[in-house]
Amino acid sequence: MERYWNENMECATKDEMKALQSFRLSQTVRRVYNNVPYYRERMEKAGITPDDIHGVEDLKKLPFTMKQDLRDTYPYGLFAVPMEDVVRVHASSGTTGKQIVVGYTQHDLDVWSECCARALTAAGATNKDFMHVSYGYGLFTGGLGLHGGAEKVGMTVIPVSTGNTNRQINVIKDFGSTYICCTPSYALYLAETMKEMGITKDDIKLKAGLFGAEPWTEEMRREIEENLGLKALDIYGLTEIIGPGVAFECSEQSGMHINEDHFIAETIDPDTGEVLPEGSQGEIVFTCISKEAFPLLRYRTRDIGILKREKCSCGRTLIKMMKPAGRSDDMLIIRGVNVFPSQVESVLLQLGNTAPYYQLIVDRVNNTDTLEIQVEISPEMFSDTVKSLEDQEKIIKSAVESTLGIAAKIRLVEPKTIQRTEGKAIRVIDKRK
Amino acid sequence: MLIKQISIFVENKPGRLSNITNILKNNNIDIRALSIADTKDFGILRIIVNDPEKACNVLKDEECTVTITDVLAVGVSDEPGGLSVVMDTLYNNSISVEYMYAFVNKSEDIAYVILRVADNQKAAAVLTSAGIKLLTSKEIYDM
Repeated sequence: MERYWNENMECATKDEMKALQSFRLSQTVRRVYNNVPYYRERMEKAGITPDDIHGVEDLKKLPFTMKQDLRDTYPYGLFAVPMEDVVRVHASSGTTGKQIVVGYTQHDLDVWSECCARALTAAGATNKDFMHVSYGYGLFTGGLGLHGGAEKVGMTVIPVSTGNTNRQINVIKDFGSTYICCTPSYALYLAETMKEMGITKDDIKLKAGLFGAEPWTEEMRREIEENLGLKALDIYGLTEIIGPGVAFECSEQSGMHINEDHFIAETIDPDTGEVLPEGSQGEIVFTCISKEAFPLLRYRTRDIGILKREKCSCGRTLIKMMKPAGRSDDMLIIRGVNVFPSQVESVLLQLGNTAPYYQLIVDRVNNTDTLEIQVEISPEMFSDTVKSLEDQEKIIKSAVESTLGIAAKIRLVEPKTIQRTEGKAIRVIDKRK
Repeated sequence: MLIKQISIFVENKPGRLSNITNILKNNNIDIRALSIADTKDFGILRIIVNDPEKACNVLKDEECTVTITDVLAVGVSDEPGGLSVVMDTLYNNSISVEYMYAFVNKSEDIAYVILRVADNQKAAAVLTSAGIKLLTSKEIYDM
C-alpha cells in the first residue's frame, strides 16, 4: 500500500491544486513587488502590477528571471525578507567564479525538508530506516537538503558527506544504512569499490537510493540497482529554486512528481519564450510560490524536459516532469558539480606562466565522469627535468581543483596543438554525449 | 668545460620524434648524444649536437618548446668500474645527479657520460681533481 508524506497535497485534485497555486502565486507576486526593488522595476517595465496577477493563468504575464539576474543582484539583491529573518544561505558556482547566493527563512527550510520528506516517503523510507547522505555538505544544497528531509521523516541520519569511498562502504555495512543519496555516478563508483573490497550486495542492507544532481540514463539506473541491490530513484532540484526535492520519482520510475504546491512548472520554447502546452519538450521554468526569502518568479532553468499530468499508479496527482534531456547553455555537469570552461581559463591566467590555451575533455569511464584538462605548455614552464614539469602539473591541478571543486587530470600538450576555430579555441570535448 | 644540452618537450603522439629529427636533418645538425625521459603523457628529448645555438633557433622556429641547459661531459675508460669512479667522487662530495646518459666514440676505448648535476662548478672541480677527464664543448662539437 502506497504511503504519502502529505496525502492532501500529493493527491489533491487538479482544481484544488490550481486554487492553492493561484492564491499562493498572487500573494508571492505582491510580496516581491513590495519588498524587492529589482522585481518591482522589472514588473513596472513590463507594465504590470500585482493586481494583474489573479491566478495561475496570469503567470505568463510575468517577466522571466535568468541566471544573469542572480549575478547582477549578487549577493542579496533578490532576497525578499530582511536579513534578520534569513537563517541560512547556500550557493552555487558561476561562470566567472562569482557564485550565486540563495537564502532561507526557517519557514523555507521547513518547506525544503517537507519536499525531501515526500521524496523519501515515496521511496518507502520510514523512521525505522538509516539514511546515508553522501552528497557534499556545505554551500552545496545536496547534503543539508536531504539531511533535513530525512530528519523530518525521523530516519537515523548518517551525515557522511563526500570522499573516502572505502570508509563510506564500511559505514554502509557496519552502520546498517538502508537508504542512500548521492550522484548516480558516485553510486556506481561505490559499487565498483565494494567489489574491489570483496563486499557483495548481500553484505549490505541498502533498500533504495535517491540519486540526482546530474543527468543519468536508464542503463545507469539498471546497473546501480543490480550492483547495489537497491531501487534507484531520481530526484531533481536546483539551488536557485530550493535544492534537491523540487521533483522526485515514485516507485513507478517514470518521471518525477513536481511538488507543485510549492513550485509551479512551465515549459517554454527556449528561443521565443513562448509557453508550450503540456506534453511538449521545452525549457523548464519554475516559479516559487511558498518561499519567503528567495522566491524566484519564472526562473529559466536551462534544463530541457517534458511536463505530463497523467494518472500515476502511485496515486499521486502531482504533475510529472520527464528527465532533463540536456542543457541549453555551456555549463557542464561533471560528477554532479557545475563546471564552466571559463573557470579554467581564469585559473590559468592567475597562475601567470601558462598560456590560456586549454581544452576540457569530459568522458565517462566505468560510468564515472572523468575530466582531463589539456594545457598548452609555455616556454616559461618548460625545463629539462621531468620533476619540474610534474610539479607544474601539480600546481595547475590543485589550483583548478580548488576552483572547480572536482578532481581533474592535467595533461601538458605542445603549443598550438589545441584545435582553434576562427582563432578561438574549442573549449570542451564532451565524449559522454 | 660546460656543454650545452638542448631539451625539447615531446608530447606522446605518433610522429613527433620523426618530426623533430627531420627538422635537425634539414638544418644539417649532427646529434652527438641523446636521451629521452618519458612519462605517461609526455617526454623530454635531450640532445647534444654540433651546433646548439642553431639547433635551438630552428626548433623554436618550428614551434617546438625548447630549453638550453649546461651539463658536464666526462670521459671514462670503457671497462668495468669506469663509471663507478665518477659516481663515487660525486657521492663523496655530496653532489646529486639529476640524470645522466652515455655514448661511445667510434675510435677510442673511452665512453662518454653526460651528467646533469645540482652544482656544475663544484662537480667539475671535484671530478678534475680526481683525475677524471672533462670534455670541452669544442671537443664534443667537433667529435
